[in-house]
Amino acid sequence: MSYIIAKDLRVGYEGKMIADAMNFVVNKGDYLCIVGENGSGKSTLMKTLLHLQEPVSGELIVGDGLKANEIGYLPQQTLVQRDFPASVREIVLSGCQSRCGLRPFYNREEKTLAAENMERMGITALADRCYRELSGGQQQRVLLARALCATQKVLLLDEPVSGLDPKVTIEMYELIDKLNRDGITIIMISHDIAAAVRYASHILHVGATVFFGNTEEYAESDIGKFFLRQEGGEER
Amino acid sequence: MIETLMMYLQYPFVRYAIIVGVLIALCSSLLGVTLVLKRFSFIGDGLSHVAFGAMAIASVVNLTNKMVLVLPITVISAVLLLRTGQNTRIKGDAAIAMISVGALAFGYLIMNLFSTSSNLSGDVCSTLFGSTSILTLTSKEVWICTVLSVVVVIVFVLFYHKIFAVTFDETFAKATGVNANAYNLLIAIVIAVIIVLAMNLVGSLLISALVIFPALSAMRLFKNFRQVTVASAVISVICALLGLVVSIWQGTPVGSTIVAADVAAFGICYLAGRLQGR
Ligand SMILES: Nc1ncnc2c1ncn2[C@@H]1O[C@H](COP(=O)(O)OP(=O)(O)OP(=O)(O)O)[C@@H](O)[C@H]1O
Ligand SMILES: [Mg+2]
Repeated sequence: MSYIIAKDLRVGYEGKMIADAMNFVVNKGDYLCIVGENGSGKSTLMKTLLHLQEPVSGELIVGDGLKANEIGYLPQQTLVQRDFPASVREIVLSGCQSRCGLRPFYNREEKTLAAENMERMGITALADRCYRELSGGQQQRVLLARALCATQKVLLLDEPVSGLDPKVTIEMYELIDKLNRDGITIIMISHDIAAAVRYASHILHVGATVFFGNTEEYAESDIGKFFLRQEGGEER
Repeated sequence: MIETLMMYLQYPFVRYAIIVGVLIALCSSLLGVTLVLKRFSFIGDGLSHVAFGAMAIASVVNLTNKMVLVLPITVISAVLLLRTGQNTRIKGDAAIAMISVGALAFGYLIMNLFSTSSNLSGDVCSTLFGSTSILTLTSKEVWICTVLSVVVVIVFVLFYHKIFAVTFDETFAKATGVNANAYNLLIAIVIAVIIVLAMNLVGSLLISALVIFPALSAMRLFKNFRQVTVASAVISVICALLGLVVSIWQGTPVGSTIVAADVAAFGICYLAGRLQGR
């Protein structure tokens, strides 16, 4: 059984669907990249996968021992107010909240987990710094560490590299790739089709026409060829 | 000055006033950061007006213990306001404005129509600005205030990390299976309780100042949530003590004196923050 199975899934707001019906599966260890134009419904699909909103129609089956609170999430943009006083450590620890249930305080295990994930993301030195004084790339790492505290199974990343410079972007991709090799299933939204094809095992293209398949199939498909060629043209 | 104070402190009602005042100030500062950052401050403002309306009804029907009526009405309004506030921002804001202004007008109206008191404007004034009410609390009210304050502090400590998670990033909390709606409800109820408490200290018009100023002051100086929370509690307690002492000594209105101290503290923290920043 797979972690996530979508059958004729349509997503949207208030009964109005955005993208065409989608069929896809996510298995343990997969690296799924979701691509598509602005406004094609990628973030909406993400919210549906997180059960933050109901599907308009179709089915979303979660299985293989994956529970709803075992999904880590990196939002597209976090609406943290400019003034929010929070240290990196406080934020990363807050990722453990779902493990706590009604227990009021974090236990030793959770504190260790937070420390490990900060180490993993290379932000241990920043632990006591104020979040809003960090650079965009550092902030992304903090949020990724927080997401890792929430899960060992599936990470949902909504455009994790937007706003990062080329060098930090590559570091970020390598980091995510390493997490995937460590056994964490990745579902990532990206506009960077070249990188998607390089790193991902499967591609889901959302929009008027929907494509789902592994990366080789995507590169051979009409829609994939079209977008890859466009992207190549842009780079030159 | 010391002698005057000592003389006053011999009266039990003055000692009660000081104890209750400090406890209320402590509670009201705790959720200040959440209130400011979650844009819940408008709920706080609306609720204080609702509490005024409820207080007007309570004094007209001549309840000996006004809290019995005021507390449930305010808590229910908090829950309702949170509901509407979550649907659509603008609609929620408008609803709150309507309710709060409506409650204010309605409260004044029924006080005017039905009040048997000879000093009506004095009553209204003290409900709005709290003038001397903290010194006239009955021992029952002192007990209720003390118990409620202690409950608020305990709830806050027990739910501190959850309040942080929900305040910092509600979507993430929800996505990872934290019951954010339940905690929002809890926050709204605690805010309602705090407002009813604070009404005894500073009156309904000045409540927002009591809740928000210490948090804003602490945010000038500190940069993580725990430090800010502790600092705002400390600032609030010191300001309340100062305000109470000065008002007893000089005979100034309690509520406005405490708020003046809070404003002064904000000024100092603002300057200190600017200096620190350099
Ligand atoms: N809360 C909302 N209510 C109603 N419609 C919405 C809401 N949020 C987004 N939409 C609409 O849904 C469509 C898809 O939005 P979505 O955020 O899923 O796009 P996206 O694929 O993530 O785009 P981008 O690449 O820019 O992030 C858009 O047309 C948008 O206007
Ligand atoms: Mg998006």
